[in-house]
Amino acid sequence: MRDIATTRREFLRGTAALVVSFSIDRHQTVRAQAESPSKSVSTEQVDGFIGIDRKGEVTLYAGKVDLGTGVRTALAQIAAEELDVPFAAVTVIQGDTALTPDQGVTSGSFSIQNGGSQIRLAAATARQALVSMAAKKLKVELGDLSVADGEVTSKATHRSVSYGALIGGKNFSLKIDVAVAVKDPGQFKIVGRSIPRVDIPGKVTGEFTYMQDFRLPGMLHGRVVRPPAMGATLQSVDEDSVKDIPRLIKVVRIGNFVGVVAETEWSAIQASRRLKVNWSSWDGLPDQSALWEHVRGTKIVKEDVTSDVGQVTAALPRGATRLRATYDFAIHTHGSIGPSCSVVEFKDGALTCWSASQGTHALRKQLAAMLSMSEDQVRCIYIDGSGCYGRNGHEDAAGDAALLSRAVGRPVRVQWMREDEHGWDPKGPPTLIDLDAALDAQGSLIAWSSAFFLPQGAATPVALVAATLANLPREMNIGPGGILNDTAIPYAVPNMRTVARRLETTPLRPAWIRAPGRMQNTFANESFLDELSAAAGADPLEFRLRHLKDARGTELLERLASIAAWERAPAKPRDRNARIASGRGLAFVKYEVVRTYVGVVADVEIDRVTGEIRVKRFFVVQDCGQIINPDGVKNQIEGNIVQTVSRTLMEQVTFNRSRVTSLDWGSYRIIGFPEVPDVVIDLIDRPHEKPWGSGEPSASVVPAAISNAIFAATGVRLRSVPFTPDKVKRAMVRT
Amino acid sequence: MPRSMALHVNGQTAQISVDDPNMPLLYALRNDLGLHGPRFGCGLGQCGACTVHIDGNAVRSCITPLSSVGNRDVVTLEGLGTPEKPHPMQQAFIDEQAVQCGYCINGMIMEAAAFLAKTRNPSEEQIREALASNLCRCGTHLRILRAVKRAAAAQT
Repeated sequence: MRDIATTRREFLRGTAALVVSFSIDRHQTVRAQAESPSKSVSTEQVDGFIGIDRKGEVTLYAGKVDLGTGVRTALAQIAAEELDVPFAAVTVIQGDTALTPDQGVTSGSFSIQNGGSQIRLAAATARQALVSMAAKKLKVELGDLSVADGEVTSKATHRSVSYGALIGGKNFSLKIDVAVAVKDPGQFKIVGRSIPRVDIPGKVTGEFTYMQDFRLPGMLHGRVVRPPAMGATLQSVDEDSVKDIPRLIKVVRIGNFVGVVAETEWSAIQASRRLKVNWSSWDGLPDQSALWEHVRGTKIVKEDVTSDVGQVTAALPRGATRLRATYDFAIHTHGSIGPSCSVVEFKDGALTCWSASQGTHALRKQLAAMLSMSEDQVRCIYIDGSGCYGRNGHEDAAGDAALLSRAVGRPVRVQWMREDEHGWDPKGPPTLIDLDAALDAQGSLIAWSSAFFLPQGAATPVALVAATLANLPREMNIGPGGILNDTAIPYAVPNMRTVARRLETTPLRPAWIRAPGRMQNTFANESFLDELSAAAGADPLEFRLRHLKDARGTELLERLASIAAWERAPAKPRDRNARIASGRGLAFVKYEVVRTYVGVVADVEIDRVTGEIRVKRFFVVQDCGQIINPDGVKNQIEGNIVQTVSRTLMEQVTFNRSRVTSLDWGSYRIIGFPEVPDVVIDLIDRPHEKPWGSGEPSASVVPAAISNAIFAATGVRLRSVPFTPDKVKRAMVRT
Repeated sequence: MPRSMALHVNGQTAQISVDDPNMPLLYALRNDLGLHGPRFGCGLGQCGACTVHIDGNAVRSCITPLSSVGNRDVVTLEGLGTPEKPHPMQQAFIDEQAVQCGYCINGMIMEAAAFLAKTRNPSEEQIREALASNLCRCGTHLRILRAVKRAAAAQT
């Protein structure tokens, strides 16, 4: 076990002028060393991203963080490749507002595509500068030099000089050259290889320090006491109810925010359970049994037209066949296995927050605003937590810890309980989609019209629960994420109009969950396309190929047909009389209509009597351009498929008029080992193309593929996620 | 009144001071002994992130009162092996890269190690059943299955 206290003492010894990087272990943040006081955090400066010490050890300062996706390893691969240093020479510091550039929130499958590309340019600029320095030092021409393993060598003189000797411990003081020559992918030695993830040995032996493991000397434990009805007002707190709890330090009350702080975690938990609090009643949530009527009836504040081609209104009635359908997708929770956690310390007027937030730079702004501090008094430091798959409760736990720490004047750790995470993390909002399309007599799509009922807002910071309850400064708008994406479709249709009706509100605080919007929207688009294909009497693969004018997409679908041994035939139910019906369904996405392509085939069985669906296997073909780490990409794809099968078949948040009622793993069930499908993956690597994201795209196609497979098996069309046995049985009766 | 209790963990005996003998074992392991392997996931015995071995059985430490542990031997993920000398199950997880965020992995390894110690040559179905009450949210299941199969094959 690493001695955190030791490194902490070194931290405290650091002079006020120095920014100190905070050590945990070899592969998280390595050294408790004093960084240069002028450590740049600029995204435009080489020093923002790259530091090289006298031994030639490279530190990569990444604003993008590893949420369990392996990007720590992949970003180090990119840096090592462009610098021409051994992979093992690179250590990554992530998401520390005092040390790393603000590369934006780690979301949207942009860590490699955008974050990695910035790092590539920084590393290539650094390499170019180092070679120039070497030329001067060795008194040779640039063209005479070659680089390997951080050593620059003259071919003519055979003399060499190391990066450590050239720059060790000094700043580059150099702007990143966005036009710098980057390495020819044909020369790659590190990028494109399945280098084992650096964090795994520590994670499987208990040596790794997660956010939830992090401790400070003198640290106290806090828990929050949430109102039993989400919008209730605090009326009274009976502190006598917890006076017998040993080591209780304080009951904290700020507006409707109530928390307890104790010397031990168990005492904090006991106090939070026993504290008697009176709240007003509140029943402002809609009736869940009428959720879709509620969504349809919510005030529309604006319409976003995401594509508009031809004359859709005129074309729709002119088709030989016209189909209309409505799809819906339930409210989901992130369901992190480890509830959110944070530690906050106030010292000398400054706040330091350790958090597993996807966006420590954004969190810093939120904490500063909530506490009316200036941003430069706030430092947020990322430590890996439990997977979050979007904006879960990590930031909220930080807000809680900040209020409690300020109230007691000592460092406070808050870890949410299970019911906090299930009950209070922000949710993937309910999504309702109306579709209307027409085919001509030859079965070609001539008109496509869709309307998506989506809450207003974008991927902006989500107001902290603590700030809301305590009525402190906070964001007053909602931030559901980039949910407009994939409302438009990648197919060529002569008349097409896709519109998002932006709703004023949504029942529970919304945020992004893996493939936000893209999943819900693609579910509707790709299932409805399958309906049209069936109406046209066409094979679903051929129907897509017919309407796809895109070479990479076409190549991908052909490869999918090959690995899945797709029989090109119109979907028609087989085994109509068998109790267990089996079928396969296909879905395709060109993510956000501009990047990563994914095609999948799902093999599914359905029990006509019980309504239970069993997903047997997924075939996946993905083209995300240049692949940095193939095994890392496969790990992401497997995770996306399995997690989204779970979301599609069984997940939905339940609530009454006052609060969320699915507060544990019994009431919000997720997939278990017996139900997990096999996943067969074929990656199309394009080393000479841009690298695109891989964290989400393969999730977005899963619900439609399952829905389409069930149609192929039974002729029943499922248009409402999740596909619970009850819904399946009701749909069977209707057919 | 706090009282002193002895805990036998990873081959060593530790004295800890506890206020409440009904406190779950998990908090003593994490906060008094500074162990990181067992983790808080639900506190309800539903997810398995807190799993430890007590006398060789996989047990949910988040719902195991300290007072029930007595003199029995507790082994945590740290007691199985280290990065330098991993247990065969830990090595199999490294070989299969069977981790995404890894928060659940303690439970997967502890549950699977206890299972394999009692079950030679398990079928895939048996492995899936043995891990049926251990939850993973990242969707690492297929890699975990491959790792357990690899460890089982290495055992025979």
